[in-house]
Amino acid sequence: MEQTRKEQLQAIARRIRKGIIEGTHEAKSGHPGGSLSITDILTYLYFEEMNIDPADPKRADRDRFVLSKGHCAPALYATLAERGFFPVEELKTLRKIGTRLQGHPDMTLTPGVDMSAGSLGLGISSAAGMALAGKIDKKDYRVYTAVGDGESQEGQVWEACMFAAHYKLDNFCAIFDCNGLQIDGPVTEVMNPYPHDKKLEAFGFYVIRIDGHNFDEIEAAFNEAKTVKGKPTAIVARTVKGKGVSFMENKVNWHGSAPNDEQYAQAMAELNQ
Amino acid sequence: MAEKIATREAYGAALVELADKYDFVVMDADLAEATKTVKFKKAYPERFFDCGIAEGNMMSVAAGIATTGKTVFASSFAMFAAGRAFEQVRNSIGYPHLNVKIGATHAGITVGEDGATHQCNEDLALMRTIPGMTIVNPADAVEAKAAVEAALSTEGPFYLRFGRYAVPVINDNADYKFELGRGVKVADGKDVTIVATGIMVAMALEARELLAAEGIDARVVNIHTIKPIDREIIEAAARETGAVVTAEEHNIIGGLGSAVAEVLCETCPVPMERVGMKDTYGHSGTVPALLEAYGLTPANIAEAAKTAIARK
Repeated sequence: MEQTRKEQLQAIARRIRKGIIEGTHEAKSGHPGGSLSITDILTYLYFEEMNIDPADPKRADRDRFVLSKGHCAPALYATLAERGFFPVEELKTLRKIGTRLQGHPDMTLTPGVDMSAGSLGLGISSAAGMALAGKIDKKDYRVYTAVGDGESQEGQVWEACMFAAHYKLDNFCAIFDCNGLQIDGPVTEVMNPYPHDKKLEAFGFYVIRIDGHNFDEIEAAFNEAKTVKGKPTAIVARTVKGKGVSFMENKVNWHGSAPNDEQYAQAMAELNQ
Repeated sequence: MAEKIATREAYGAALVELADKYDFVVMDADLAEATKTVKFKKAYPERFFDCGIAEGNMMSVAAGIATTGKTVFASSFAMFAAGRAFEQVRNSIGYPHLNVKIGATHAGITVGEDGATHQCNEDLALMRTIPGMTIVNPADAVEAKAAVEAALSTEGPFYLRFGRYAVPVINDNADYKFELGRGVKVADGKDVTIVATGIMVAMALEARELLAAEGIDARVVNIHTIKPIDREIIEAAARETGAVVTAEEHNIIGGLGSAVAEVLCETCPVPMERVGMKDTYGHSGTVPALLEAYGLTPANIAEAAKTAIARK
């Protein structure tokens, strides 16, 4: 990737991270850790990869994205706002009564949200359904979904993988955001779902492993995914929970707690550097 | 004796009959032979998708397809469609109010010999709690086909309840008209009203004959649409006949009995009795033996009617 473009994407990602901190701080709740781990991938998807139009969010032939790890809605909202689907200022309404920005994504409320999701394991199935619909209609849109490594303990994730491979959904790309931590602790200690790559290969996926914070690798993975025919692609991304905010990185307690005023100030200062 | 057809047969036939009139796809979870979606699968293989034995995934997949503008029928046994996949139906289909029509067959104890694990007497209760879900429990093959068409021509999620067992066709008359959300007064009467749903409507008509022999004039109301329920016809029945019996092939908790009780308690309380599964599991056996064993016969309905009348 060209250096200037990479720097532009990094700047966008920083603004999205600030949006995550802003929203969760205002709401005094939410999930900053996993939001920060998926930010760079969302940045690439919404600013480079996906065929979308903020002025026409429901366009029939658009590419689609389902945030299966729906608790990371703050990242999706900040990305959509940054991309122009709604005002960035609205991020401050996160989780408040009357908001369009529910604790987990609601497709009926938020412009740019393609599927209501967040109860873990459900979103990846709906994304596969969208991909199948694309095949039925002979359209060439692509469908992306982001699944958490903790989330992959849900059996339905693997039902969906079986389905996507069975119907040869090569327009389907599932990103596994492996940040290694979940509410009760390290994923390996709570219930080890690894290795994702070997499991997904066995399920019939074309698997690409990347560093989920490296834009060169992210770009190469999405480009490679588009060349795969006859099977779905899984991008298994090694990520850092809390990425970009030093005191949140790799700390399990930032899975589902919001920064207080002091922590907010420190996080914003770091992201403003 | 009226012709007997299982409502699942009518469901499968209706999907085929309506395939050219409406744009929809059908999914099943390895039960197409039993749910009768196999008829559609054979006629329109390019519009049929088997999901394998993974009902939760099927519901969420169906929801995803529906976001693209298609209507989807998702079929399985009631136990797995409403029970196993409850949360997917609630969160993937109900919450975004998508056009997924759940065709649930093998409801109730008329599943028969397979026994309690497969006899779902809880599905109406589960589905009633989902905001925006329309629930139809047709009484016979004619009504089953009408229910499928109503689901296709009405926006939003539907739960359609069908049975395995062949039941009498009672609606094969020229002036039959299905109106979603409207109960049907199938026989008038002034002493008591039997409010029935599904296969119990035919039995309610038999019970009416038994009561007539004792000089009791019973009204019979068919509630095919469990939700939204026809409050008017229920209130009128209570006001005009002074006693109500509900009859359903479902737990007396949470289904038609509860729905009617909710209406009457709020508007026109009268003595009321509930015929149905008495908060119990089923058992293996032939259908007639099971209906007898669990008190789901015309004689049981007639007894309940007399009890309700005595409480006036």
